Amino acid sequence: MSELITHSAAKLAELLAASEVSSTEVTQAHLDRIAAVDGDVNAFLHVNTDEALAVAADVDKARAAGEELHALAGVPIAIKDLIVTVGQPTTAGSKMLEGWMSPYDATVIKKIRAARMPMLGKTNLDEFAMGSSTEHSAFGPTRNPWDLERIPGGSGGGSAAAVSAFEAPLALGTDTGGSIRQPAAVTGSVGVKPTYGGVSRYGAIAMASSLDQIGPVTRTVLDAALLHEVIGGHDPADSTSLTDPVGALVEAARSGDVRGMRIGVIKELQGEGYSAGVQARFDEALELLRGAGADVVEVSCPNFKYALGAYYLVMPSEASSNLAKYDGVRYGHRVLPEDGSLTIERVMGATRAAGFGDEVKRRIILGTYALSAGYYDAYYGSAQKVRTLVQRDFAAAFETADVLISPTAPTTAFKLGEKLDDPMAMYLNDVATIPANLAGVPGISVPGGLADGLPVGIQFLAPAREDARLYRAGAGLENLLEATWGGPLLAQAPALGGVK
Amino acid sequence: MSEINRAAVAHLARLAHIEMTAEELDKMAGELDVIVDSIKSVQEVARPEVPATSHPIPLTNVFREDVVGETLSQELALANAPDAADGRFKVPAILDEE
Repeated sequence: MSELITHSAAKLAELLAASEVSSTEVTQAHLDRIAAVDGDVNAFLHVNTDEALAVAADVDKARAAGEELHALAGVPIAIKDLIVTVGQPTTAGSKMLEGWMSPYDATVIKKIRAARMPMLGKTNLDEFAMGSSTEHSAFGPTRNPWDLERIPGGSGGGSAAAVSAFEAPLALGTDTGGSIRQPAAVTGSVGVKPTYGGVSRYGAIAMASSLDQIGPVTRTVLDAALLHEVIGGHDPADSTSLTDPVGALVEAARSGDVRGMRIGVIKELQGEGYSAGVQARFDEALELLRGAGADVVEVSCPNFKYALGAYYLVMPSEASSNLAKYDGVRYGHRVLPEDGSLTIERVMGATRAAGFGDEVKRRIILGTYALSAGYYDAYYGSAQKVRTLVQRDFAAAFETADVLISPTAPTTAFKLGEKLDDPMAMYLNDVATIPANLAGVPGISVPGGLADGLPVGIQFLAPAREDARLYRAGAGLENLLEATWGGPLLAQAPALGGVK
Repeated sequence: MSEINRAAVAHLARLAHIEMTAEELDKMAGELDVIVDSIKSVQEVARPEVPATSHPIPLTNVFREDVVGETLSQELALANAPDAADGRFKVPAILDEE
């Protein structure tokens, strides 16, 4: 295994800028790693070898010619396969889009191209990003690099596994209810859901438009900040895009100073339902932050207990509407019914029956139910009111705290198949991450240590547009914990494929 | 128990244009019943005086200048079509024979 793949993106950027390594070497080292271990991990649905190496060679040439380059130029990245890319297939983890080639690039992809970062490929996910384990992918589950019998979280298990298995230094994810943060937590990586509207959603295949957000998946807090600054900012192509500047995220991550920072412990996001191992790591993190001069206070968010219910009404409602476009007419699968008359309605019915998996069907039907006449007010309407209450809880909590803290997920990674037949048990994985999506506030998950040999994530939440606070608090905790571990948590990850 | 039974799911599946077998309908009815039972607690706190939030960050509508921009070419737009003819998407009969 090449030492190059163990470096952070920030370190690689330094080595590249000093011409101590070439982008071709760095990119090839990651492609070699993918070839060596991805048979076991299954993080990638598509490996983009030729284009990645061409971009790398181009960057090397430009650097040799003395061209001014972006700080991350030549640093490779993996892309969640929910984000559309010209020249690589985009499947959203669904049979519905198998073989589909996007005719346009997502805005974040245009930015990655402009920064000249080689794209290593597209990563696995639960179908249309619906799931918490990546087991709902139509192309087989991704496995957790810490224990191949366990799930890597979801929906962005592919991006988190790619980063934590050292197949990519950076990845993009999307987070609708925790799909960046929960996989980061259970794989020992870092994941950030930016403020809603902080990163353009143009070209992210929509699940629930008022909740979806693209963000970074990395191994260090600084790397997440570096990538966030590449992808963030206003985009006229996304009508919900904020006009605010991205903010000094890298500066905040480099500081990591938590002295005097008021950190609010969310009373409702701990205790019952959270495993003892998770609770122990969480309590240790609080102790370290206190020791470093942070002002740790308790806050109460009484309406958070209704957040999961509101989420499982709002999300399927929006998803059932967003997924109506997969009708077998303009793109994607088309299935002709074998019997009876061949009308467009029957073709749609057969196409959607064959093209969607169980979880997608479940959410479409649930959303159709929540939006249907007679139930709309009781379900969708009530859920929208809970959103208001959750926002009020956040507003009150942020009056006494600069950032909030909780475990990212209630447990460590569970075994493949363990919750597949129990949708409600699966949904409960997102109990701590969902409130942020409902309120549009940003969140980060940073590694908090191990419980029974498996990673635990610690989540920070900040007010909308205050993403920089996440990076300062996240980097602060990362520094404190790494001092106790004697290095990054992922240095303790088990070897894969006998390579390490 | 909620009102979700097999007949209700069959109706919803028709609305959502997803063909389902009898077996699927039964399984889905059971699962949705459990899910709806666990999420309907939202009604406890959705008092009339609480305003609804449809969007997390309040924004006003944005307009752009009405200038000609780049769009997908007809060729690109049709490149992924399951069936196309004469520069258009081709589908089976729109209406029933009746």
